[in-house]
Amino acid sequence: MSNQEVELVIIGSGPAGYTAAVYAARAGLAPVVLAGSVTAGGALMTTTEVENFPGFVDGVQGPELMESMRAQAERFGARILLDDAVSVDLEGPSKVVETGAGETFRARAVILTMGSAYRKLGLPEEERLTGHGLSWCATCDGFFFREQEIVVVGGGDSAMEEALFLTRFASKVTVVHRRDEFRASRIMAQRVLDHPKIAVAWNSEVAEIIGAEKVHAVTLRDTITGAERELSATGVFVAIGHDPRSELVTGVVDTDVDGYVLVEHPSTRTNLPGVFAAGDLVDHTYRQAITAAGTGCAAAQDAQHYLSALDESTTIELETEEVFA
Amino acid sequence: MSAPTPVTDATFQTEVLNADLPVVVDIWATWCGPCKQIAPLLDQLATEYDGRVKIVKLDADQNPETVRAAGVTSIPTLGFYKNGVRTDILIGAHPKPVIAEKMEALLV
Repeated sequence: MSNQEVELVIIGSGPAGYTAAVYAARAGLAPVVLAGSVTAGGALMTTTEVENFPGFVDGVQGPELMESMRAQAERFGARILLDDAVSVDLEGPSKVVETGAGETFRARAVILTMGSAYRKLGLPEEERLTGHGLSWCATCDGFFFREQEIVVVGGGDSAMEEALFLTRFASKVTVVHRRDEFRASRIMAQRVLDHPKIAVAWNSEVAEIIGAEKVHAVTLRDTITGAERELSATGVFVAIGHDPRSELVTGVVDTDVDGYVLVEHPSTRTNLPGVFAAGDLVDHTYRQAITAAGTGCAAAQDAQHYLSALDESTTIELETEEVFA
Repeated sequence: MSAPTPVTDATFQTEVLNADLPVVVDIWATWCGPCKQIAPLLDQLATEYDGRVKIVKLDADQNPETVRAAGVTSIPTLGFYKNGVRTDILIGAHPKPVIAEKMEALLV
Protein backbone atom coordinates (compact mmCIF):
# COMPACT_ATOMS: atom_id res chain seq x y z
CA MET A 1 0.00 0.00 0.00
CA SER A 2 1.59 3.25 1.09
CA ASN A 3 5.30 3.96 1.19
CA GLN A 4 6.47 6.72 3.48
CA GLU A 5 9.82 8.35 4.21
CA VAL A 6 10.28 9.34 7.84
CA GLU A 7 13.11 10.25 10.20
CA LEU A 8 12.52 7.68 12.92
CA VAL A 9 10.44 4.54 13.45
CA ILE A 10 9.96 3.16 16.96
CA ILE A 11 8.87 -0.47 17.10
CA GLY A 12 7.00 -1.26 20.32
CA SER A 13 4.96 0.71 22.82
CA GLY A 14 5.77 -0.12 26.41
CA PRO A 15 7.38 2.44 28.70
CA ALA A 16 10.57 2.30 26.57
CA GLY A 17 8.82 2.91 23.25
CA TYR A 18 6.51 5.64 24.50
CA THR A 19 9.28 7.46 26.39
CA ALA A 20 11.48 7.32 23.29
CA ALA A 21 8.50 8.74 21.38
CA VAL A 22 8.04 11.63 23.84
CA TYR A 23 11.72 12.62 23.60
CA ALA A 24 12.01 12.13 19.84
CA ALA A 25 8.78 14.03 19.22
CA ARG A 26 9.94 16.95 21.39
CA ALA A 27 13.17 16.95 19.38
CA GLY A 28 11.07 17.50 16.25
CA LEU A 29 11.67 14.06 14.72
CA ALA A 30 7.93 13.28 14.31
CA PRO A 31 8.51 9.60 15.11
CA VAL A 32 6.21 6.87 13.84
CA VAL A 33 5.45 4.39 16.61
CA LEU A 34 4.35 0.89 15.60
CA ALA A 35 2.53 0.25 18.85
CA GLY A 36 1.31 -3.23 17.96
CA SER A 37 -2.12 -4.35 16.72
CA VAL A 38 -3.00 -6.20 19.92
CA THR A 39 -0.18 -5.35 22.31
CA ALA A 40 -0.26 -1.53 22.41
CA GLY A 41 0.89 -0.28 25.79
CA GLY A 42 2.92 -3.41 26.48
CA ALA A 43 3.10 -5.52 29.60
CA LEU A 44 1.74 -2.89 31.97
CA MET A 45 -1.63 -3.15 30.22
CA THR A 46 -2.31 -6.36 32.13
CA THR A 47 -1.19 -5.16 35.56
CA THR A 48 -3.24 -3.37 38.15
CA GLU A 49 -1.67 -1.02 40.64
CA VAL A 50 1.89 0.16 39.91
CA GLU A 51 3.21 1.29 43.29
CA ASN A 52 6.82 2.06 42.43
CA PHE A 53 6.69 4.42 39.45
CA PRO A 54 8.14 7.66 40.85
CA GLY A 55 5.79 10.59 41.10
CA PHE A 56 2.63 8.62 41.87
CA VAL A 57 2.31 8.82 45.64
CA ASP A 58 -0.77 6.60 45.77
CA GLY A 59 0.20 4.36 42.86
CA VAL A 60 -1.27 4.34 39.38
CA GLN A 61 -3.09 1.70 37.33
CA GLY A 62 -0.80 0.19 34.68
CA PRO A 63 -3.18 0.82 31.74
CA GLU A 64 -3.76 4.39 32.92
CA LEU A 65 -0.02 5.07 33.07
CA MET A 66 0.47 3.75 29.54
CA GLU A 67 -2.48 5.71 28.20
CA SER A 68 -0.94 8.88 29.66
CA MET A 69 2.45 8.14 28.08
CA ARG A 70 0.77 7.58 24.72
CA ALA A 71 -1.16 10.85 24.95
CA GLN A 72 2.00 12.69 26.01
CA ALA A 73 3.91 11.39 22.96
CA GLU A 74 1.02 12.30 20.64
CA ARG A 75 0.85 15.80 22.10
CA PHE A 76 4.34 16.49 20.72
CA GLY A 77 3.66 15.02 17.31
CA ALA A 78 4.41 11.31 17.52
CA ARG A 79 2.28 9.21 15.14
CA ILE A 80 1.09 6.15 17.01
CA LEU A 81 -0.16 3.30 14.81
CA LEU A 82 -1.96 0.20 16.13
CA ASP A 83 -0.02 -1.95 13.75
CA ASP A 84 2.81 -4.53 13.89
CA ALA A 85 6.20 -4.50 12.24
CA VAL A 86 6.22 -7.77 10.29
CA SER A 87 9.53 -7.47 8.48
CA VAL A 88 12.52 -5.17 8.61
CA ASP A 89 15.59 -4.42 6.53
CA LEU A 90 17.88 -2.50 8.85
CA GLU A 91 21.32 -2.84 7.31
CA GLY A 92 21.49 0.04 4.83
CA PRO A 93 21.28 3.80 5.51
CA SER A 94 17.56 3.68 4.68
CA LYS A 95 15.83 1.31 7.10
CA VAL A 96 12.75 -0.41 5.70
CA VAL A 97 9.96 -1.44 8.04
CA GLU A 98 6.88 -3.22 6.70
CA THR A 99 3.72 -3.42 8.76
CA GLY A 100 0.94 -5.95 9.17
CA ALA A 101 -1.50 -3.53 7.52
CA GLY A 102 0.74 -3.38 4.44
CA GLU A 103 2.41 -0.01 4.94
CA THR A 104 6.10 0.48 4.25
CA PHE A 105 8.18 3.00 6.16
CA ARG A 106 11.66 4.09 5.10
CA ALA A 107 13.40 5.62 8.09
CA ARG A 108 16.88 7.00 8.69
CA ALA A 109 16.88 5.56 12.22
CA VAL A 110 14.99 2.85 14.09
CA ILE A 111 14.51 2.24 17.81
CA LEU A 112 13.67 -1.31 18.84
CA THR A 113 11.50 -1.61 21.98
CA MET A 114 9.55 -4.81 21.43
CA GLY A 115 9.79 -5.80 25.09
CA SER A 116 9.24 -9.35 26.22
CA ALA A 117 6.59 -12.05 26.14
CA TYR A 118 5.35 -14.42 28.84
CA ARG A 119 7.45 -17.53 29.19
CA LYS A 120 5.50 -20.75 28.83
CA LEU A 121 5.77 -23.81 31.02
CA GLY A 122 6.62 -26.00 28.03
CA LEU A 123 3.94 -28.62 28.76
CA PRO A 124 2.14 -30.36 25.88
CA GLU A 125 -1.32 -29.60 27.35
CA GLU A 126 -0.56 -25.89 27.69
CA GLU A 127 -2.09 -24.70 24.46
CA ARG A 128 -5.18 -26.90 24.76
CA LEU A 129 -5.99 -25.63 28.25
CA THR A 130 -5.18 -21.94 27.71
CA GLY A 131 -8.42 -20.09 28.30
CA HIS A 132 -9.91 -23.17 29.95
CA GLY A 133 -8.44 -22.64 33.39
CA LEU A 134 -4.87 -21.87 32.35
CA SER A 135 -4.15 -18.15 32.18
CA TRP A 136 -1.34 -15.62 31.85
CA CYS A 137 -3.40 -12.65 33.02
CA ALA A 138 -4.70 -12.57 36.58
CA THR A 139 -6.28 -9.15 36.15
CA CYS A 140 -8.25 -10.40 33.13
CA ASP A 141 -9.30 -13.82 34.33
CA GLY A 142 -9.20 -13.89 38.16
CA PHE A 143 -12.83 -12.78 38.24
CA PHE A 144 -13.96 -16.09 36.73
CA PHE A 145 -12.51 -18.14 39.60
CA ARG A 146 -14.63 -16.87 42.47
CA GLU A 147 -14.50 -19.18 45.52
CA GLN A 148 -12.28 -21.62 43.66
CA GLU A 149 -8.79 -22.99 44.29
CA ILE A 150 -6.04 -21.42 42.23
CA VAL A 151 -2.39 -22.19 41.59
CA VAL A 152 0.12 -19.45 40.74
CA VAL A 153 3.41 -20.63 39.26
CA GLY A 154 6.51 -18.49 39.83
CA GLY A 155 8.60 -16.75 42.47
CA GLY A 156 9.21 -13.23 41.20
CA ASP A 157 7.36 -9.97 41.71
CA SER A 158 4.86 -10.76 38.94
CA ALA A 159 3.94 -14.04 40.61
CA MET A 160 3.54 -12.28 43.98
CA GLU A 161 1.36 -9.59 42.45
CA GLU A 162 -0.82 -12.17 40.71
CA ALA A 163 -1.18 -14.29 43.86
CA LEU A 164 -2.16 -11.29 45.98
CA PHE A 165 -4.60 -10.03 43.36
CA LEU A 166 -6.20 -13.46 43.02
CA THR A 167 -6.98 -13.64 46.77
CA ARG A 168 -9.80 -11.19 46.01
CA PHE A 169 -11.62 -13.99 44.22
CA ALA A 170 -10.15 -17.37 45.14
CA SER A 171 -10.96 -19.45 48.21
CA LYS A 172 -7.30 -20.50 48.29
CA VAL A 173 -4.17 -19.62 46.32
CA THR A 174 -1.12 -21.89 46.21
CA VAL A 175 2.11 -20.38 44.92
CA VAL A 176 4.27 -23.04 43.29
CA HIS A 177 7.96 -22.20 43.22
CA ARG A 178 10.98 -24.24 42.17
CA ARG A 179 13.29 -23.00 44.93
CA ASP A 180 13.11 -22.61 48.70
CA GLU A 181 12.90 -18.82 48.63
CA PHE A 182 11.29 -16.20 46.42
CA ARG A 183 13.27 -14.00 44.10
CA ALA A 184 10.63 -11.28 44.48
CA SER A 185 11.26 -8.01 46.32
CA ARG A 186 11.05 -8.36 50.08
CA ILE A 187 7.88 -6.29 50.46
CA MET A 188 5.97 -8.36 47.90
CA ALA A 189 7.28 -11.71 49.22
CA GLN A 190 6.34 -10.77 52.78
CA ARG A 191 2.79 -9.82 51.76
CA VAL A 192 2.40 -13.25 50.15
CA LEU A 193 3.86 -15.12 53.13
CA ASP A 194 1.63 -13.23 55.56
CA HIS A 195 -1.58 -13.68 53.57
CA PRO A 196 -4.07 -16.06 55.21
CA LYS A 197 -5.45 -17.29 51.86
CA ILE A 198 -2.04 -18.06 50.32
CA ALA A 199 -0.05 -21.28 50.76
CA VAL A 200 3.38 -21.88 49.20
CA ALA A 201 4.58 -25.13 47.64
CA TRP A 202 8.38 -24.71 47.90
CA ASN A 203 10.82 -26.67 45.76
CA SER A 204 8.00 -27.64 43.45
CA GLU A 205 7.32 -27.49 39.75
CA VAL A 206 4.24 -28.21 37.68
CA ALA A 207 4.76 -31.58 35.98
CA GLU A 208 1.30 -31.74 34.42
CA ILE A 209 -1.91 -29.78 34.24
CA ILE A 210 -4.81 -32.18 34.50
CA GLY A 211 -8.11 -31.66 32.72
CA ALA A 212 -9.88 -32.85 29.59
CA GLU A 213 -12.16 -29.88 28.85
CA LYS A 214 -10.91 -27.63 31.61
CA VAL A 215 -8.36 -27.61 34.38
CA HIS A 216 -9.24 -29.50 37.56
CA ALA A 217 -5.85 -30.25 39.11
CA VAL A 218 -2.10 -30.05 38.70
CA THR A 219 0.63 -32.60 39.32
CA LEU A 220 3.47 -31.08 41.33
CA ARG A 221 6.94 -32.56 41.26
CA ASP A 222 9.35 -31.98 44.15
CA THR A 223 12.50 -30.47 42.62
CA ILE A 224 14.72 -32.20 45.20
CA THR A 225 13.21 -35.66 45.70
CA GLY A 226 11.31 -35.97 42.41
CA ALA A 227 8.22 -37.10 44.32
CA GLU A 228 4.93 -36.22 42.64
CA ARG A 229 1.63 -35.20 44.19
CA GLU A 230 -1.69 -33.95 42.91
CA LEU A 231 -3.15 -30.62 43.95
CA SER A 232 -6.70 -29.75 43.01
CA ALA A 233 -7.14 -26.39 41.30
CA THR A 234 -9.52 -25.03 38.69
CA GLY A 235 -7.28 -22.11 37.77
CA VAL A 236 -3.57 -22.07 36.95
CA PHE A 237 -1.87 -18.70 36.49
CA VAL A 238 1.66 -18.73 35.11
CA ALA A 239 4.20 -16.00 35.95
CA ILE A 240 7.58 -17.66 35.50
CA GLY A 241 9.24 -14.81 33.66
CA HIS A 242 9.58 -13.39 30.21
CA ASP A 243 11.60 -13.87 27.05
CA PRO A 244 12.69 -10.98 24.82
CA ARG A 245 10.59 -10.50 21.69
CA SER A 246 13.56 -10.24 19.35
CA GLU A 247 12.32 -12.67 16.61
CA LEU A 248 11.83 -9.77 14.19
CA VAL A 249 15.55 -8.93 14.20
CA THR A 250 17.13 -12.33 14.86
CA GLY A 251 20.23 -12.82 12.73
CA VAL A 252 20.30 -9.13 11.77
CA VAL A 253 20.91 -7.38 15.06
CA ASP A 254 23.34 -8.99 17.50
CA THR A 255 21.70 -10.73 20.46
CA ASP A 256 22.99 -12.82 23.33
CA VAL A 257 22.23 -16.54 23.68
CA ASP A 258 18.92 -15.79 25.41
CA GLY A 259 17.79 -13.48 22.59
CA TYR A 260 18.33 -10.15 24.35
CA VAL A 261 19.52 -7.46 21.93
CA LEU A 262 23.09 -6.39 22.62
CA VAL A 263 23.89 -2.67 22.88
CA GLU A 264 27.08 -0.70 23.42
CA HIS A 265 26.49 0.22 27.06
CA PRO A 266 26.02 2.87 28.31
CA SER A 267 24.60 3.90 24.92
CA THR A 268 21.66 2.14 23.23
CA ARG A 269 23.52 1.57 19.92
CA THR A 270 23.23 -1.90 18.41
CA ASN A 271 25.78 -3.37 15.99
CA LEU A 272 23.94 -1.67 13.10
CA PRO A 273 24.40 2.09 12.55
CA GLY A 274 21.15 3.96 13.08
CA VAL A 275 19.51 1.09 14.97
CA PHE A 276 19.02 1.51 18.70
CA ALA A 277 17.40 -0.74 21.31
CA ALA A 278 15.89 -0.13 24.74
CA GLY A 279 13.67 -1.55 27.46
CA ASP A 280 13.07 -5.19 28.35
CA LEU A 281 14.26 -6.25 24.89
CA VAL A 282 17.77 -5.41 26.12
CA ASP A 283 17.50 -5.76 29.87
CA HIS A 284 18.07 -9.10 31.64
CA THR A 285 18.42 -7.59 35.01
CA TYR A 286 16.17 -4.75 36.09
CA ARG A 287 13.07 -5.07 33.91
CA GLN A 288 11.10 -2.27 35.53
CA ALA A 289 8.80 0.29 33.93
CA ILE A 290 11.11 3.06 35.08
CA THR A 291 14.32 1.44 33.79
CA ALA A 292 12.62 0.76 30.45
CA ALA A 293 11.50 4.39 30.30
CA GLY A 294 15.05 5.50 31.15
CA THR A 295 16.65 3.53 28.34
CA GLY A 296 13.88 4.64 25.97
CA CYS A 297 14.87 8.22 26.71
CA ALA A 298 18.52 7.37 26.07
CA ALA A 299 17.64 5.70 22.75
CA ALA A 300 15.75 8.78 21.55
CA GLN A 301 18.76 10.98 22.35
CA ASP A 302 21.18 8.53 20.71
CA ALA A 303 18.98 8.49 17.60
CA GLN A 304 18.78 12.27 17.60
CA HIS A 305 22.59 12.61 17.79
CA TYR A 306 23.03 10.01 15.08
CA LEU A 307 20.64 11.89 12.77
CA SER A 308 22.25 15.28 13.37
CA ALA A 309 25.71 13.80 12.71
CA LEU A 310 24.34 12.38 9.46
CA ASP A 311 22.94 15.80 8.51
CA GLU A 312 26.29 17.50 9.26
CA SER A 313 28.28 15.03 7.17
CA THR A 314 25.77 15.42 4.32
CA THR A 315 26.11 19.21 4.51
CA ILE A 316 29.92 18.96 4.44
CA GLU A 317 29.77 16.63 1.43
CA LEU A 318 27.44 19.01 -0.38
CA GLU A 319 29.68 22.00 0.38
CA THR A 320 32.72 20.07 -0.78
CA GLU A 321 30.94 19.19 -4.01
CA GLU A 322 30.06 22.83 -4.54
CA VAL A 323 33.69 23.92 -4.05
CA PHE A 324 34.92 21.44 -6.61
CA ALA A 325 32.00 21.81 -8.99
CA MET B 1 -19.90 3.96 10.42
CA SER B 2 -21.13 1.19 12.66
CA ALA B 3 -19.99 0.39 16.20
CA PRO B 4 -20.36 -2.73 18.34
CA THR B 5 -23.58 -2.46 20.39
CA PRO B 6 -23.96 -3.70 23.98
CA VAL B 7 -26.01 -6.81 24.78
CA THR B 8 -26.97 -8.18 28.20
CA ASP B 9 -28.22 -11.40 29.82
CA ALA B 10 -31.73 -10.07 29.09
CA THR B 11 -31.18 -9.29 25.41
CA PHE B 12 -28.78 -12.12 24.46
CA GLN B 13 -31.58 -14.35 23.12
CA THR B 14 -33.07 -11.72 20.79
CA GLU B 15 -29.88 -9.89 19.82
CA VAL B 16 -27.61 -12.92 19.32
CA LEU B 17 -29.42 -16.25 19.15
CA ASN B 18 -32.42 -14.99 17.19
CA ALA B 19 -30.50 -12.50 15.05
CA ASP B 20 -30.94 -12.48 11.28
CA LEU B 21 -27.24 -11.87 10.68
CA PRO B 22 -24.28 -13.87 11.97
CA VAL B 23 -23.03 -12.34 15.25
CA VAL B 24 -19.66 -11.90 16.95
CA VAL B 25 -19.99 -11.53 20.73
CA ASP B 26 -17.08 -9.75 22.39
CA ILE B 27 -17.00 -10.75 26.05
CA TRP B 28 -15.02 -8.07 27.88
CA ALA B 29 -14.75 -6.12 31.13
CA THR B 30 -13.61 -2.68 32.20
CA TRP B 31 -10.68 -4.16 34.16
CA CYS B 32 -9.31 -6.19 31.24
CA GLY B 33 -6.35 -4.51 29.49
CA PRO B 34 -6.19 -6.81 26.45
CA CYS B 35 -9.95 -6.25 25.94
CA LYS B 36 -9.25 -2.54 25.59
CA GLN B 37 -6.36 -3.32 23.24
CA ILE B 38 -8.59 -5.17 20.77
CA ALA B 39 -11.58 -2.78 21.07
CA PRO B 40 -10.38 -0.48 18.22
CA LEU B 41 -9.97 -3.52 15.92
CA LEU B 42 -13.57 -4.56 16.62
CA ASP B 43 -14.73 -1.01 15.91
CA GLN B 44 -13.03 -1.18 12.52
CA LEU B 45 -14.42 -4.65 11.77
CA ALA B 46 -17.94 -3.53 12.74
CA THR B 47 -17.72 -0.88 10.05
CA GLU B 48 -16.12 -3.16 7.46
CA TYR B 49 -18.72 -5.91 7.97
CA ASP B 50 -21.68 -3.56 8.43
CA GLY B 51 -24.86 -5.25 7.18
CA ARG B 52 -23.15 -8.66 6.87
CA VAL B 53 -21.96 -9.60 10.38
CA LYS B 54 -23.11 -7.94 13.58
CA ILE B 55 -20.62 -7.32 16.40
CA VAL B 56 -21.94 -6.96 19.94
CA LYS B 57 -20.24 -6.49 23.33
CA LEU B 58 -21.15 -8.27 26.55
CA ASP B 59 -19.76 -6.91 29.82
CA ALA B 60 -18.69 -9.99 31.82
CA ASP B 61 -19.05 -8.11 35.11
CA GLN B 62 -22.70 -7.25 34.55
CA ASN B 63 -23.89 -10.41 32.80
CA PRO B 64 -22.86 -13.49 34.79
CA GLU B 65 -25.55 -15.78 33.37
CA THR B 66 -24.39 -15.61 29.78
CA VAL B 67 -20.76 -15.82 30.84
CA ARG B 68 -21.43 -18.95 32.88
CA ALA B 69 -23.51 -20.55 30.13
CA ALA B 70 -20.75 -19.86 27.61
CA GLY B 71 -18.16 -21.45 29.94
CA VAL B 72 -15.90 -18.42 29.68
CA THR B 73 -12.95 -18.26 32.10
CA SER B 74 -10.68 -15.97 30.13
CA ILE B 75 -11.22 -12.65 28.40
CA PRO B 76 -11.25 -11.23 25.87
CA THR B 77 -13.27 -14.07 24.35
CA LEU B 78 -15.00 -13.72 21.01
CA GLY B 79 -17.93 -16.04 20.31
CA PHE B 80 -18.99 -16.54 16.67
CA TYR B 81 -22.72 -17.28 16.25
CA LYS B 82 -24.74 -18.31 13.25
CA ASN B 83 -28.43 -19.28 13.28
CA GLY B 84 -28.46 -19.35 17.08
CA VAL B 85 -25.47 -21.69 17.39
CA ARG B 86 -21.94 -20.87 18.47
CA THR B 87 -19.79 -22.17 15.64
CA ASP B 88 -16.39 -20.92 16.79
CA ILE B 89 -14.59 -19.21 19.64
CA LEU B 90 -11.43 -17.11 19.92
CA ILE B 91 -9.83 -16.72 23.34
CA GLY B 92 -7.37 -13.92 24.04
CA ALA B 93 -6.29 -10.86 22.06
CA HIS B 94 -5.61 -11.71 18.41
CA PRO B 95 -4.63 -9.56 15.40
CA LYS B 96 -7.33 -8.21 13.13
CA PRO B 97 -6.72 -10.66 10.23
CA VAL B 98 -7.27 -13.62 12.59
CA ILE B 99 -10.61 -12.20 13.72
CA ALA B 100 -11.57 -11.26 10.15
CA GLU B 101 -10.87 -14.81 8.95
CA LYS B 102 -13.32 -16.22 11.48
CA MET B 103 -15.90 -13.60 10.46
CA GLU B 104 -15.48 -14.63 6.83
CA ALA B 105 -16.17 -18.23 7.85
CA LEU B 106 -19.54 -17.08 9.24
CA LEU B 107 -20.48 -15.83 5.77
CA VAL B 108 -19.84 -19.11 3.95
